[in-house]
Amino acid sequence: MANRRARPNGLNVTIDGVEMSAVEGESVLDVARRAGAAIPTLCYLDGLSVHGGCRVCLVEVDGEHAPRLACSTPVTDEMEVRTATEAITEHRRIVVELLFAEGNHICAVCVSNGSCELQDLASEVGMDHVRFPYQYPDRAADASHPKYVFDPQRCILCTRCVRACAEIEGAHVWDVAARGADSYLVTELNLPWGEAPSCTWCGKCVTVCPTGALAFKGRAIGEMEHDTDLVGFLARARTEGEWEGRS
Amino acid sequence: MHGTHVIDPVTRIEGHAKITLRLDEQGTVDDARFHVTEFRGFEDFCRGRPVTEMPALTARTCGICPVSHLLASAKAGDAILAVAIPPAAERLRRLANLGQIVQSHALSFFHLSAPDLLLGMDAAPASRNLFGLAASEPEVARRGIRLRQFGQEIIEAVSGRRIHGSGIVAGGVAQPLSEETRAALRGWVGEARTAAADTLDLFVGLLDGFAREVDSFGRFPSLYLAHCGADGTWEHYGGGLRVMDEDGNVVADGMDPADYRSFLGEWGNEDSYLKSPYWKALASDDDPMPGIYRVGPLARLNVCDAMGTPEADAALAAYRERAGRVASSSFYYHYARLIEVLGCVEQIDGLLADDAITDPHVRADAGINRSRGVGASEAPRGTLFHDYEVDAHGVITGVNMLIATGQNNLAMNRTVLQIAREFVTGPEIPDGVLNRIEAGIRAFDPCLSCSTHALGQMPFFVRVVGPDGSPLAEVRRD
Repeated sequence: MANRRARPNGLNVTIDGVEMSAVEGESVLDVARRAGAAIPTLCYLDGLSVHGGCRVCLVEVDGEHAPRLACSTPVTDEMEVRTATEAITEHRRIVVELLFAEGNHICAVCVSNGSCELQDLASEVGMDHVRFPYQYPDRAADASHPKYVFDPQRCILCTRCVRACAEIEGAHVWDVAARGADSYLVTELNLPWGEAPSCTWCGKCVTVCPTGALAFKGRAIGEMEHDTDLVGFLARARTEGEWEGRS
Repeated sequence: MHGTHVIDPVTRIEGHAKITLRLDEQGTVDDARFHVTEFRGFEDFCRGRPVTEMPALTARTCGICPVSHLLASAKAGDAILAVAIPPAAERLRRLANLGQIVQSHALSFFHLSAPDLLLGMDAAPASRNLFGLAASEPEVARRGIRLRQFGQEIIEAVSGRRIHGSGIVAGGVAQPLSEETRAALRGWVGEARTAAADTLDLFVGLLDGFAREVDSFGRFPSLYLAHCGADGTWEHYGGGLRVMDEDGNVVADGMDPADYRSFLGEWGNEDSYLKSPYWKALASDDDPMPGIYRVGPLARLNVCDAMGTPEADAALAAYRERAGRVASSSFYYHYARLIEVLGCVEQIDGLLADDAITDPHVRADAGINRSRGVGASEAPRGTLFHDYEVDAHGVITGVNMLIATGQNNLAMNRTVLQIAREFVTGPEIPDGVLNRIEAGIRAFDPCLSCSTHALGQMPFFVRVVGPDGSPLAEVRRD
């Protein structure tokens, strides 16, 4: 009971055996992070709406047959969650392998080598090889923008860029076209990015990209650095007036 | 006794190859072919990539000379950006290339060729390798490893990693050199200079024992092509291209590498993935052999008037006293390589002694200003060209890479033929003869991974075929 903090109308949730208090509307991810559980995420980003597309934040919920997504599953009273079982660890590794197999992720020659959340995650889940056939998609890079480059070979369709552009910048240049395995990102109803009149050149999409799919133009291998805290800071600043805390 | 010998795989070179020896009705060698049997296709899959990725992407062509590809690619990128890079960036690029030449030449001499030269061409194959050398000549082996380490630490300081660094970029280099790193590198120079000089002395002392090899290892007239300073000084990074004939006549001088298509043709042969560039003025695709030219250490020393540093110039004078103004035997590649190591160490010393090497301004920035760019520099094995075409946004639409080993392809074929005629008599190939054929190739220090932009280590395969093409004998060494 040591970690339980009493809250009015609170919910009692157990994360990996640690009893936590939560409030209605919180996600499993919110509570698990407070409990110190290290649940990996890719599409989830503080400050953006929840997408639930990458599937790496899988957790086990007592009484549920299938794993649930920590980012999009709201906590309920007396919920018991396990975040790091053997099965969950294996599921996450499979998810990461599938992401690698689906695109052309060649870290050694990537602009984000060393600054890539997908690469970090592969290391975290112990991915030393991919058990699924690589798809080697033929996707052309869009370098038409004066400041940025979009390389869909490295895109994992996390939609952080879509949400950052729509929700934080308010431009909604980015979106997802087609369906299922054929899905792909487009700018401005499938115009080349450099011809997208709505783009404000703000670069939020680039800075939140977890991989090397979006990068500053002119950067060579390994020279891309992301600033994924930016949109969380902006969101808090707008809603809570917190403008301090960033250098 | 007619027939064909096939040597497959060729060992102690970088890449995969085989050799076919065709015998005539009398059992003497009628023809010899050096086949490179692997393919990677960088020129194809680089299309569609941003030009800024090309240096580190093409550096993956080879684990031995990634710096050479970084440099040629970055220079092609400079041309597309249409920038003059900052002086400190050129100094650092030069430093990296000198380190590259030292480490690659050390690998070639100590790891690949010294077993033949010090232990003997006819030594038992089981011990005729680096481990055998380390057992019988431990100090020589140690010296080679240390020299290589020296070169690689320089490469790491500039490009970020010893192998496949990415710090040489279009517009300059990614990071300036710190005073701390500069001081650490300077601490190596004394040992490296002594090692280079001692190794040269050691090799010169052995030369008289290889008179037959000097005569038969690719000794024939050809042109020689290399970068050369405007004042005739040995060059490895800048300057123009000079071509010299076997009599020492300058055939062409001060040529812009960007114009290479106007003076070099590329001949493709169906029995090898390795293309054969040739000097256009003397040949055509119908018969490229009259346009045969050699590149690399032998060519660089032949075309230059001076090395530009005291110890290397003294060594060059002694070399020319023995080999003539124009050294025509490919066996002298070894000799030229060791003189270059000495000269490189001297030049490294000079660059590191200059405070300008740590100037923090090392990168020029620009957009896409030209649709085509050619970059060239001297790789350890010879002149390397990268030729890129880009669209308006800097995305690669065309790539052509002319690799040093390819430019020596005609000469390597002729060398194999010459050695085979000298040593092979009939379908049986004694091991010592097999090794001499390989050593003839090895003298060029070919890198087939680069030259076909291909991957792998270098097994050796020799096949002997009769006049009708029927196989008579095969020798394989994996």
